[in-house]
Amino acid sequence: MKLHEYQAKRVLRTYGVPTPKGFPVRDAADAREAAEKLGGKVVVKAQIHAGGRGKGGGVKLAGSPAEAERLAAAMLGMTLVTHQTGPQGRLVKRLLVEEQLPISREIYLGITLDRSARRPVLMASAQGGVEIEEVAARDPSAILREPLSGPLLHAYQARRLAFWLGISGDAFRPAVAAMRALAKAYDETDASLAEINPFVLTEDGRAVALDAKLDIDDNSLFRHADLARLRDLDEEEPLETDAINHGLNYIKLDGNVGCMVNGAGLAMATMDIIQHAGGMPANFLDVGGGASKDQVKNGFRIILSDPSVRSILINIFGGILKVDVLAEGIVAAAKELAISVPMVLRLEGTNVEEGRQILADSGLDFIVASDMKEAARQAVARAA
Amino acid sequence: MSILVDETTRVAVQGLGRAGRFHAEQCIRFGAHVVAGVHPGRGGGTALGFPVYNTVREAVQHQRPDASMIFVPASGAADAILEAVESEIRLVACITEGIPARDMVAVAAALDGSRTRLVGPNCPGVISPGKCKFGIMPGHIHRVGTVGVVSRSGTLTYEAVGQLSNLGIGQSTCIGIGGDPIIGTSFVDVLDLFERDPGTDGIVMIGEIGGTAEEEAAEFAKSGVTKPIVGLIAGATAPPGRRMGHAGAIISGGKGTAAEKHAAMTTAGIAMAPTPADIGSTLAELL
Repeated sequence: MKLHEYQAKRVLRTYGVPTPKGFPVRDAADAREAAEKLGGKVVVKAQIHAGGRGKGGGVKLAGSPAEAERLAAAMLGMTLVTHQTGPQGRLVKRLLVEEQLPISREIYLGITLDRSARRPVLMASAQGGVEIEEVAARDPSAILREPLSGPLLHAYQARRLAFWLGISGDAFRPAVAAMRALAKAYDETDASLAEINPFVLTEDGRAVALDAKLDIDDNSLFRHADLARLRDLDEEEPLETDAINHGLNYIKLDGNVGCMVNGAGLAMATMDIIQHAGGMPANFLDVGGGASKDQVKNGFRIILSDPSVRSILINIFGGILKVDVLAEGIVAAAKELAISVPMVLRLEGTNVEEGRQILADSGLDFIVASDMKEAARQAVARAA
Repeated sequence: MSILVDETTRVAVQGLGRAGRFHAEQCIRFGAHVVAGVHPGRGGGTALGFPVYNTVREAVQHQRPDASMIFVPASGAADAILEAVESEIRLVACITEGIPARDMVAVAAALDGSRTRLVGPNCPGVISPGKCKFGIMPGHIHRVGTVGVVSRSGTLTYEAVGQLSNLGIGQSTCIGIGGDPIIGTSFVDVLDLFERDPGTDGIVMIGEIGGTAEEEAAEFAKSGVTKPIVGLIAGATAPPGRRMGHAGAIISGGKGTAAEKHAAMTTAGIAMAPTPADIGSTLAELL
């Protein structure tokens, strides 16, 4: 789960990471009022779940409260397109108005899971303000990686990072403290990513998180009711949220062959074989191991909410699951929803023959395929 | 021969809820020796004919299981793994999906230097056909034979096994290593075990997008594996930045793509199946 910048900063502040003074606002008049409280000169930042906001026009400097109001009025309600939003962009509904700081240096700090090392790693770079992937691609030696031994970053590790980054003078101690606070926040919030980019040193010797990104591990939300409340459904694809609420895993894609599969790996493989057959999948959909009638029905409903879907490929490797029971569920769901697009089925498991008979007797337009390749070929042909 | 489990394996089941009981019964039907259950609060009772204990330690004292299958819900699953590690259970398969990554960091630290090998979590487990079914895979699709199968996925593994069995190619052992970012047993570990197993003549390795485990396995296979390997990577059509069901299946920062993995495996001499429907036939050509 992604948090907005203003939410991430609020969380990080409680752990002792310094952030600029600022206020989240939802209308232009409030932006003016916030700018007045902050001394006039402010930054106005669009709050959407995507990076690259600056280049897209979502981060602007205002020299006065009146200008802040003007900029806010223009930004609120605009569709912000960045390299992370896709071409459709994101509607801006909220802004963060913050004080301007006298910046002397920009640094990158980020903590994420190192899958190979099976522990979190803090990455630091003196080249702050640009994306870490760009730095990594251009000059890997410009990034220092410090594995977190145990849950926290030790003081000596933070000092080592600060020395390597060339931080000295008044900013040294607050920078070390901020890094350790970031590590504590990462650990205690069950984050999957905690990133400060840029982490700035100011001319008056402060170390401040100018931007902040915090992603929380969805699997941990059962023990973080306070963080779970920060979820912004406006930022999520409604069909994907709908799917989650019904125990399904759905991701919308750009093709026209809808697919419903049990298991994530087989679902990806099904998408791949659709492409191999010359088509494009309209979605990823994992109905789970059980594939009950309700799940199948909701799966159909969600797939068909996408108007570009021209055929549906159902690929269920039941195993222990009984195919006749599954087939009854598919027939009932298809009738209830009056599905009109062609449906290609590939079902494996116990009682396959009985299941195929149920499909054949249903009077519905089912095409039964004997294997994955044939199923993909048929589904692609029907979608063309 | 086979790896990890065989007819001598003494199985315990941690977590006897609906799923735990159902799958324990399926395992018994396919010949596993389930010797104990562990379910806090139900100690002293029995389930499906085997005794149930409150703790793993008691189960070990009385029944000496050397392998444990975990069905404990996600909020307590990592704790269940730690309990098995503390009792020095040789092999643990954690079936549970959705364990917080932070809990698995703690588990990974506990596994280092321990006597336990963990398979999973978020995996179907291990089966040595004809000897022991230690997991949730459908037993009837398997055949006794000499091909080792290792995969990050559940149902895609069944798909591969189904293709092999339909061609009359049996399996020595099939292992689902799990779809999470932190797992106990890697592709490299399993390739090494298959290479050393005289009962395994060929290997099927099924990876997917996310992480670098397939690249590491490909590097290992160059010098560490002499047996023929057939490979597949799922997720060539997956968009970047999106988690494809499995917690670990995500292309992030341009890394973990199917193309990179495919290239690394091809360079290592692994025969890549042209489509997910060609896993069995590609292996049949090699053997």
